[in-house]
Amino acid sequence: MAGEIVERAGGAEKLALVGIRRGGVPIAARLAEHIQELESVRVPVGAVDIALYRDDASTALPKPQIGRSEIPFEVEGHCIVLVDDVLYTGRTVRAALDALLDYGRPQKIELAVLVDRGGRELPIQPDFVVKVTDVGPTDRIDVVADASGFHAVVYPGGSP
Amino acid sequence: MTDPAESWGTRHLLGTEGLKADDAVHLLDLAEVFFEVSKRRVRKVPTLRGKTVINLFFEPSTRTRTSFEIAGKRLSADVVNLSGSSSSVSKGESLLDTVKNLEAMRPDILVVRHSASGAPHYVAARTHARVVNAGDGTHEHPTQALLDAFTIRRAKGAIEGLTVAICGDIAHSRVARSNAMLLSTLGANVRFAGPRTLLPPADNAYPVATFDRIEPALEGADVVMVLRIQLERLSGALLPSLREYARLFGLSAARLARAKPDAIVMHPGPINRGVEIDGSIADGPRSVILDQVEAGVAVRMAVLYLLSAEPGQAPLS
Repeated sequence: MAGEIVERAGGAEKLALVGIRRGGVPIAARLAEHIQELESVRVPVGAVDIALYRDDASTALPKPQIGRSEIPFEVEGHCIVLVDDVLYTGRTVRAALDALLDYGRPQKIELAVLVDRGGRELPIQPDFVVKVTDVGPTDRIDVVADASGFHAVVYPGGSP
Repeated sequence: MTDPAESWGTRHLLGTEGLKADDAVHLLDLAEVFFEVSKRRVRKVPTLRGKTVINLFFEPSTRTRTSFEIAGKRLSADVVNLSGSSSSVSKGESLLDTVKNLEAMRPDILVVRHSASGAPHYVAARTHARVVNAGDGTHEHPTQALLDAFTIRRAKGAIEGLTVAICGDIAHSRVARSNAMLLSTLGANVRFAGPRTLLPPADNAYPVATFDRIEPALEGADVVMVLRIQLERLSGALLPSLREYARLFGLSAARLARAKPDAIVMHPGPINRGVEIDGSIADGPRSVILDQVEAGVAVRMAVLYLLSAEPGQAPLS
């Protein structure tokens, strides 16, 4: 996927990666390593937490855990690739877009996910995707990491 | 992941007395997130869109009222400010009637400041809204204590094991009371220092050591918290004169030298320069007075956020 991202962006100069907490953050970090191997360029990497931007914020967990958003680069002018592990309803991505735009006006935002599991509730589609799988709403998908990379594991019925 | 059944603290934030350590720490951790929001280009998040916060201030306030107003606005809540002098209270309306009328407009959170101790508790028992105590008489000022704890934690890395000297008019100070409760809950050793007439009774229930001179209280302190001499709450002959107070209890460079070399100096404001603190110390490198003000917005955002959550409906993550 790293090569495709660089190719589509026409080089790594303007590229930046932003992982969506929590699943997208390690994937963004790994992508940045791959891009460095390919292009010998260290692209800036950030993280967004979408808890404050949820469309169900008022019914959120009574004891919510919120991670910090860290965008350690100037958003303005960058081609930003939002990175998440699993794309499902699209609501998380909607929230992440709003969060990101509060940091400035990027030239472009694209979406990269490891798994697209269908079930969209908003008109949002990925630009880069590794695996498309159509699973039922009660199934659960976990992305696990090991030395060889990331793997999607499907739990039919939702329990591991 | 947190157990969804486990809810934060209490329905209202009326005081730091009884606030559990893990709830306080959770709030301070959330405040770190909101602290970052205030440094962004767009200093606003949509979290409390559609919620109404009423600031009901029956006592004068600049800092606290503005801080709550900015906190609410940075969370996208609709914030309404009411002050005692410009409201129906000055026409003789009772507190109960004021609350009943505001209740009819369906606010989500009432932020109450009142000169009578216990007024926010009275309001909380008579409204469906969540209530935040923004200072009640000589009783409590919980968000001030929380922002002080936040400031101390940022400056010192941790609160546990620190020695905190709170100096001045302890007897009339809701800030001293709320801080003594919260900081001891979080593991600090708290000392009170002030003239005997302005100290709580000897049989007080506070988990603190009490000194009637400032020098021994400052000895080895990590944090020196200076309180304002509250002229509006001092009646009779509690203090001979401000000049005498400044001479015996004012924080000077010589007195501060008794504290640890890296001790920080705090003041809840407003400052009486030259009375309880030398101007050069208030403006000096060890002063975190303006950090306290900055922390106030983040901490109040965390309070409004936590109180506005409707429990029980855990969303899919």
